[in-house]
Amino acid sequence: MAGAAVLGRLIWRVAEVVDVVAETARVKTVGFDVPDWPGHLPGQHVDVRLTADDGYQAQRSYSIASAPDRARLDLTVERLDDGEVSPYLTEELQQGDQIELRGPVGGYFVWEPSRGGPLLLVAGGSGIVPLMAMLRHRAATGSDVPAILLFSSRGWEDVIYRDELEHLDGNGLSVVHTLTRSQPDGWRGYARRVDKDMLAEVGPSASEHPHVYVCGPTPFVEAAAEALVSLGHEPAQIRTERFGPTGG
Amino acid sequence: MPPLISRGFKGRRRDDAPPDRVPPGQYVTNDFPVLSAGPTPHTALDQWDFTILGEVDELHRWTWDEFQALPSETVTVDIHCVTKWSKLDTEWEGVSVDTLLDGIETSAEHVIQFSDGGYTTNLPLEDVTGGKAWIAFDYGGEPLDPEHGGPARMLVPHLYFWKSAKWVRGLRLSTADEPGFWETNGYHNYGDPWREQRYWGD
Amino acid sequence: MDELMLDGNAAAGLLQEVFAVEVTTAVGTCDGCGAVDEVGAVRVYMGAGTVLRCPQCESILMKVVTDGQRVWIDMRGVRTLELRAGA
Repeated sequence: MAGAAVLGRLIWRVAEVVDVVAETARVKTVGFDVPDWPGHLPGQHVDVRLTADDGYQAQRSYSIASAPDRARLDLTVERLDDGEVSPYLTEELQQGDQIELRGPVGGYFVWEPSRGGPLLLVAGGSGIVPLMAMLRHRAATGSDVPAILLFSSRGWEDVIYRDELEHLDGNGLSVVHTLTRSQPDGWRGYARRVDKDMLAEVGPSASEHPHVYVCGPTPFVEAAAEALVSLGHEPAQIRTERFGPTGG
Repeated sequence: MPPLISRGFKGRRRDDAPPDRVPPGQYVTNDFPVLSAGPTPHTALDQWDFTILGEVDELHRWTWDEFQALPSETVTVDIHCVTKWSKLDTEWEGVSVDTLLDGIETSAEHVIQFSDGGYTTNLPLEDVTGGKAWIAFDYGGEPLDPEHGGPARMLVPHLYFWKSAKWVRGLRLSTADEPGFWETNGYHNYGDPWREQRYWGD
Repeated sequence: MDELMLDGNAAAGLLQEVFAVEVTTAVGTCDGCGAVDEVGAVRVYMGAGTVLRCPQCESILMKVVTDGQRVWIDMRGVRTLELRAGA
């Protein structure tokens, strides 16, 4: 199924829940059926709108986790304890429930195999979501564009899509984890926050002119982007998506 | 087509409050949401000053120390944001605008608040006098956080909260009204929450 | 660094409702400093309205307010906006 950038006025569409699947203790993927979904590009997001019965509304943006190759729309959501929308999406929603969403939007933070590589993806926690859509699409199209994913999580049990990433590793994709708070026994990987040295080791170097996508909480993105620029990467080659404090 | 209601969605715990405390279209919150139009300024107190200028005989200026030496009041007020949240019984400490304007003669009928970062908002002068407005520096018994407008912000609780400039640095008194940052861009020129004056033409 | 700052794509839905084309890949020239950036790369702040600021000089590129029916846009901060009609 070809994904196409949406032209024309955006409308709020009704999306119906097909299933809710736990990824980790705090993260769930909600699968939606969206009639007349126009398709999307990997990396794009949707705006979700919820209305309570007294008319109160809340709106949040969520990256699309599923590749355009799937017929359904998946959103992977981390439950924030003091969140307003994420606890609803992860704890309350059931099959058959309906929400409104608008999109897809955000052609800026998009990667498709036709753009080439090498590809460097840097994810902090739930920042993996749009990058996973890119990797899923890369796999579904059989692309061999060289790609590296540097993925920061709190602990091994917090790694979203852990098994699937293990499965995707290879075929030109290298998945590198860093676990910042706790590591399993025998862990020999990175055990600290993403920094300049780590990025330099994980590569690719600036001279290879990789396409770089960084996604996660604002402080994470800020630090990673700064480190990448200081390693010589062109700012124009670095695309960032900050989740900001209002995510949730 | 009205928006779809999502089963079971409640949003943040919203208090039931007596209707005479909650303007139309507002929802009472326990949080204190942070809204911003730009990067948070961080002005050091030894750089900070507050100025009253414009339609006055001479410019009036207070350093932070001079400002702190002025008589201040603790007030408990309800605040209403145009983005639909209201917060009841918020406690502030600040200097009344009446105190600052005491002894200042002016023919101005309008005042423009101006802030670090370039934000402005306009009001009739009578809406900041007579015990209706303060330059607040403490919130909830603590020094005002930069993200909430610290070191000092305007507090004009009878109007939507965009009329209370964060990081305020002064007042310009004017004979002519000068719509400010949001008033020139769709938000109502006066902003009375009880008449739901959110946007132009409301 | 400001924790409240988002990227241009945070305003994607709002802007696309107005412009009816993909806006985050549009290229704007800042009237303040002349910097040229894709809208997706600019800084977005969400307050009473949405403010887009130049990532080089922080000056305001656009202000957008909507009441659900009307949209008010101040684009004085963008000297030129290049939109791709078929993107």
